[in-house]
Amino acid sequence: MTASARDALLDSLLENARYSTADLARMTGLDESDVEAAIADLEEDGVVRGYRAVVDWESTDRERVRAVVEVNVELDRETGYGDVSRRLAGYDAVDTLRLVSGDYDFHVEVIGDSMRDVSAFIADEIAPIPAVTQTVTHYAMTTYKESGVDFGDGDDDDRLSVSP
Amino acid sequence: MGIQLSERVQAVPPSGIRKFFELAEERDDVISLGVGEPDFATPWRARTAAVDSLERGQTSYTANRGMRELREAIGEHVDAEYDLEYDPDEEILVTAGASEAVDLAFRAFVNPGDTVAVAEPAYVSYAPGVTFAGGEVLPVPTYERDEFRLTREALEASGAADAEVLVMCFPNNPTGATMELEHLAPVAEFAREHDLTVISDEIYAALQYEHEHTSIATLPGMASRTVVVNGFSKAYAMTGLRLGYVMGPAEAITGMNRIHQYGMLSAPTTAQHAALEALEHCDDAVDEMTAAYDRRRQFLLARFEELGIECFRAKGAFYAFPEVPTEQTGDEFAEDLLEAEGVAVVPGSVFGSGGEGHLRVSYATGMDELREATDRIERFLD
Repeated sequence: MTASARDALLDSLLENARYSTADLARMTGLDESDVEAAIADLEEDGVVRGYRAVVDWESTDRERVRAVVEVNVELDRETGYGDVSRRLAGYDAVDTLRLVSGDYDFHVEVIGDSMRDVSAFIADEIAPIPAVTQTVTHYAMTTYKESGVDFGDGDDDDRLSVSP
Repeated sequence: MGIQLSERVQAVPPSGIRKFFELAEERDDVISLGVGEPDFATPWRARTAAVDSLERGQTSYTANRGMRELREAIGEHVDAEYDLEYDPDEEILVTAGASEAVDLAFRAFVNPGDTVAVAEPAYVSYAPGVTFAGGEVLPVPTYERDEFRLTREALEASGAADAEVLVMCFPNNPTGATMELEHLAPVAEFAREHDLTVISDEIYAALQYEHEHTSIATLPGMASRTVVVNGFSKAYAMTGLRLGYVMGPAEAITGMNRIHQYGMLSAPTTAQHAALEALEHCDDAVDEMTAAYDRRRQFLLARFEELGIECFRAKGAFYAFPEVPTEQTGDEFAEDLLEAEGVAVVPGSVFGSGGEGHLRVSYATGMDELREATDRIERFLD
């Protein structure tokens, strides 16, 4: 498979991971079997790590709380960033975890069913980690865009239905 | 006695597209493949530049020819992309859309009674524009057997040797046809031999999928007899901002500017600021949109093949131009498809000679809509 076909496949999956194999084949000019094999390779190579829906929880009746937690750590000879990250990443409540530059070390996105859940998780699980020196929690109040998907109402197609 | 319309206005019938627009507007479940403009929003940076220019109060006229920094940026852009070299002071004019540029060209180069050869199928505004300028349209057909490219043979057969002006548009609306150097050379030779002025509408130049764009103005002896029209509507999804430009020999641009400075004065200032930002910072957005169009193009061509709909492999713009897959005319098929399945396509006859028997199918529409529309077409054909 050429690099451009692989890129086209990746771009298509990024656009919509639910495109059928047949549609992906049509869009990329590949055979369906080649598409299946290429996706299998992308998954096996760890390029594609997973597929998820982008959900606007505010459009549901379900309570869902997301918090961004700034976590500072102090490392020693026995403890590195990798050790702390493994410990943090192990929790199901941790949705996204990144080591970042700037005023704090880890950017942690925590999801829970209520603010009490999330607060308890941070207080009971993250703060007590020996390397953690400080946490600052920001509760998400409204989500406007997530994973490249705009939650606004700006997607209406107001073009004329037939035009030159 | 009320107002009498001029004979030139009366000579131009209403656009054939209008009928399909009205039919499509009658229902609210239409998936439209009849749209001749990008479905993407103008790149955010260009939009913010427009807003910023307004906040700074940059709302006065610009130079008639357009902001100098924009003309400079255009000159650098077309040199880098298409190997076209123009002096921003004398050889580039910024217009209110590429359509204004085409209109200016007709009025600047066409005398009453002059013949204007139009490579057809063609954008719907060319023939009326020629009429408004007092010229006579000479259709030069392009054929599916030639992948809808303009050929020297067609020029000769249609009598274009006696024309004063030739209008061509590649990549083409409505066919999606493109022309490479080897196809342009005989046309350029014909234009030189018969002293034709060429208006080359290259508004879709950025949207080519299997090869690079070549402008006829880059061929030997053509720069001095060609004006190249381009703009921001298609590549940068800026249709509503109405900004185009035209490039050519200084005397041609000066002549066109003479009309522009009285009629339009200058192109919209806000749009010029957006365009400058687009040229300088939005290449990535153009690349992403082009890649998305290409994926949709391939999807559509593959679906047509599966449905047994004959369609040559268009390599440019965002149109496919399949044959009507029934015994009907293009108009009948388009009306019935709209009526039965709520899918709007434009019959090829709207675009002049050679368009009959075909449909213009735009893929400037999201993949979900394209899939649904082709599924409905499949149902319609069963």
